[in-house]
Amino acid sequence: MADILIALVLALVKGVGLVFLIILPMVSYTVYAERRVSAMIQDRVGPNRVGPMGLIQPIADAVKLLLKEDFTPAAVNKFYYWLAPACAMAPALMALAVIPFGSYWFGQPMVVANVDVGVLWVFAVSSLGVYGIVLAGWSSNSKYPFLGGIRSSSQMISYELSLGLSVIPIFLICGTLNLPAIVGYQIEHGWLISPIWIKGISFTGIDFGQIAASVFSVQALFKFLLWIPLFISFVVFTISMFAETNRLPFDLPEAETELVGGYHTEYSSMKFALFFLGEYAAMISGCAVIVTLFFGAWHIPFLPTDPRQLPLVWSIILGFLHITVFFIKVAVLLFFFIWVRWTLPRFRYDQLMRLGWYFFFEIALANILLVALILAFYPSPQVSQPSTKASKPAFLTNPIQLGYRAPKVVRNAG
Amino acid sequence: MPAALFWIFACVMLIFGVMVIINRNPVSSALSLVVSFLGLAALYISLDAFFLGVIQILVYAGAVMVLFLFIIMLLDLKAERRRDFNLVTLFGGIVVVVLFVKVLFDVCYGFQHGNAVFPALQPNPHGDTWLVGMELFEQYKLPLQVVGVLVLVASVGVVLLSKREVK
Repeated sequence: MADILIALVLALVKGVGLVFLIILPMVSYTVYAERRVSAMIQDRVGPNRVGPMGLIQPIADAVKLLLKEDFTPAAVNKFYYWLAPACAMAPALMALAVIPFGSYWFGQPMVVANVDVGVLWVFAVSSLGVYGIVLAGWSSNSKYPFLGGIRSSSQMISYELSLGLSVIPIFLICGTLNLPAIVGYQIEHGWLISPIWIKGISFTGIDFGQIAASVFSVQALFKFLLWIPLFISFVVFTISMFAETNRLPFDLPEAETELVGGYHTEYSSMKFALFFLGEYAAMISGCAVIVTLFFGAWHIPFLPTDPRQLPLVWSIILGFLHITVFFIKVAVLLFFFIWVRWTLPRFRYDQLMRLGWYFFFEIALANILLVALILAFYPSPQVSQPSTKASKPAFLTNPIQLGYRAPKVVRNAG
Repeated sequence: MPAALFWIFACVMLIFGVMVIINRNPVSSALSLVVSFLGLAALYISLDAFFLGVIQILVYAGAVMVLFLFIIMLLDLKAERRRDFNLVTLFGGIVVVVLFVKVLFDVCYGFQHGNAVFPALQPNPHGDTWLVGMELFEQYKLPLQVVGVLVLVASVGVVLLSKREVK
C-alpha cells in the first residue's frame, strides 16, 4: 500500500510540476513569442509595452481573459458548450505524461508514466482532442463554428493515419514503443534525425581508433542507408503534426477569412482562452514528441548520460541541464512552427485532403517497406545470441533483436 | 487499490453504456459510447493489457466514434421523439428481456470453468505489445493475411460505391 502511495505521490508531483511549472508558462510565452516573431517577420514591433520588452504581456492577457464577461449565446446547447473547452485542453496535457523530459533528477526518472506503449498513448490521447473542437462547433448552433468543427474532424482523422504510419520505421529500428527506451537507443546510436553516430568522442578525450571503427564498418554503411527513410519519416511526421494541431498552413478549422473564428466563434472570455491554450499546449506536446523521437530528447552529445553515476552536486546539475536542453529543443521547434505560420499561405481544403491521402499516406507506407528491407539485410554481430534475458538494454544495443531474431526464441520455448 | 479502480471503471462503463440507450439526443448517445469505451480501455489497462487498452482508445474512441459523430452532425439528426407505447411492443420487449436474462443466467452458471481461480499472469518483460505481435504473426499468420485482404476488398468496394459516375 505504501509503495503505491509513494508512486502515486511521485507521479502527482512530477505531473503537476511539469504542467504548472513548465508547460503552462511555456504556453503563455509561446503566445507571446508568436506575437513577437510575427511582428519581427512582418517588420512591426509587436507587444512591447507591458514590462521590459513586453515580457509581462502574457500575465496581462490572462488577467484580461479571466475578468472579461463570460457570455453564453442563447441558442447553444449549454452542457456541451461548457464541456467543449475542457475536452480541447485536457488531451493536450495528458499526452505529455509519457514524454521523457529529462534523464534523472534527484535520482528520479524524469517521466511521469514510463509505459511500454509510449507513443501509442500520445496518439490515442491526442486523437481525443478532436472532440473538443467538434463539440464546440456543434453545440454553438451556428453555421461557421459548425463548418469549422466538421473540417477539423475530417482533417484530424485523415492526418492521424500518416502521423501513425510515418513513425513505424522508428519502432522497426528500435524494436520498442517505449519512449525512454527509444531515447536510450538514440543515445547509443545517434539521434534518429541522423542515425550516424561517431563513437569515441567524449568530453574526456578523443579516441581515433573508435572513430574509425564506427565510421568504416558495414553497420555504419547501413546506418547511412537508414538515414534516408528516417529523414522521410521526420518530414512526414512534422508536416502531419502541423495538420494535427491545426496550425497554418493547415488551419482550415479556424480560417479567419472564411469562417470568422472557426469553431470558437461563439466563445468568449476564459472559455475562448481555454481553446487557445489547448491549441498551444497541443503544439508543445507535438513538438515534445518530435524532439523525443528524432532529436534525442534530453540527450546532450559528448556529456555523460546517466547523472546517477556522478557525485551528488554534479548529478543534480546534469539532471537539470538535461531537462533544460529538452525544453530548449522544444522551443526551437516551436519557433519553427511559428516561422512557418507567418511564412506560408493557407492550403485550400481539397489540397489539404489530397496531400494527406494521395501523398503522405503512400509515402509513409513505402517508407515502412524500405526500412523493413534495409533491416532484413542489416548485419548484426549478435544475431546468433538468443534474447532469453529479454531486458530492455538487450534490445537497445541490438536493434533488430526484437523484430528479426525474437521469433525463433518463442518457437524454441513453445 | 486495483480493485477500487476496477469498480470505478466498471461502473463508468455500465452507466454510460445505459446512457447510450436512454439518451434521446443522438450526439449524447455517441459521446456516452465514447466514455464507455474509455472505461473499457481503463479496465484493459488495469489488467496490464496496455496495448489493447490504448488501441481501444485510438481506434474506437479516437477514430470510429469521431466518424459516427461526424455523420450524426452532417445528417443533422434531431432528438428522437418518444414513441407511443402499445401492449404488443411492451409484451414483446418484456419477453426478449426475460429470454436474454435467462440465457445470461444459464451461461454464467453453466460455465463451471469460470468458477476456478486462475493463477496470476506472469508479467512479461517484453510488454504486451510484443506478445500481441508475436501471437498474431506466429500463430495466426494466414488468418491475419486473409483479414487484410478482406479489409482491402471492403475498402475497394467503398471507393467504387462513392465514386461519381463518369458520363
